[in-house]
Amino acid sequence: MTVGLTHYLVVSTLLFCLGLYGVLTRRNAVAILMGIELMLNAGNINLVAFNRYVAPGAVAGHVFALVVITLAACEAAIGLALVMAAYRSLETIHVDEINVMKW
Amino acid sequence: MGELAVFIILSAVILIPGVIVVTSGNIVRSALSLVPTFLGVTGFYIMLQAEFVAGIQVLIYAGAITVLILFVIMLTEGGSGVEVRQMNEQVPLGATAALWLAFLMLLVFLRTPWSLSPGRPPAYSAPAIGSAFLTNYALIFEVTSLVLLVALIGAIVIARREE
Repeated sequence: MTVGLTHYLVVSTLLFCLGLYGVLTRRNAVAILMGIELMLNAGNINLVAFNRYVAPGAVAGHVFALVVITLAACEAAIGLALVMAAYRSLETIHVDEINVMKW
Repeated sequence: MGELAVFIILSAVILIPGVIVVTSGNIVRSALSLVPTFLGVTGFYIMLQAEFVAGIQVLIYAGAITVLILFVIMLTEGGSGVEVRQMNEQVPLGATAALWLAFLMLLVFLRTPWSLSPGRPPAYSAPAIGSAFLTNYALIFEVTSLVLLVALIGAIVIARREE
């Protein structure tokens, strides 16, 4: 039995749902960003796996995986800068305590 | 057979630390568990013959993003201690949502007849990726570099200490 597209899709689904669970249940904003990174990795596995098994000669999947990695780096930098700013002004990084805009 | 064994080992290397990332009460342990997950994904890329993406994955994810996350954990120690509760009160709801989504997505993925192509990928894909970035995907390339620049300036402005 060789490894096919479905194997990669199953693992990436499980990784995506782990990330979703982390995003939904964590209080710490940094841990929420970690969950988002897991979800982006699952998406990247899908892009590269479809490129390999559906269109082996093309490189579109690789190109978009690289763009997603770049945007994940941007997202991590901006997100963590926001966490730092929130920590300086509110003394907390727990998202359920950051409720100054909640009426 | 060997390929399947490598695949199963890499899946364990990805998913077991992934569970630690989302469940550990120690936030530093979560951040460090990201490293084996990212390296396992790198192994997947190598199995899929995407060497260039694998190299970038090691450099940016396992190298840069993990270090960035660890730095922010160290700088915000008030919210990251081991005695602080790290999970909110919607754990059952979140677990239900994640399990249902996994079930539905697996159902779709296992039932869809994918139009697979039997061809082999080229032996080395980096030159093709480079020329694709500068010809067909030039707009994506330029806009991505602009987004990187804006994100760089934005991160500095947001994280700067107010006078």
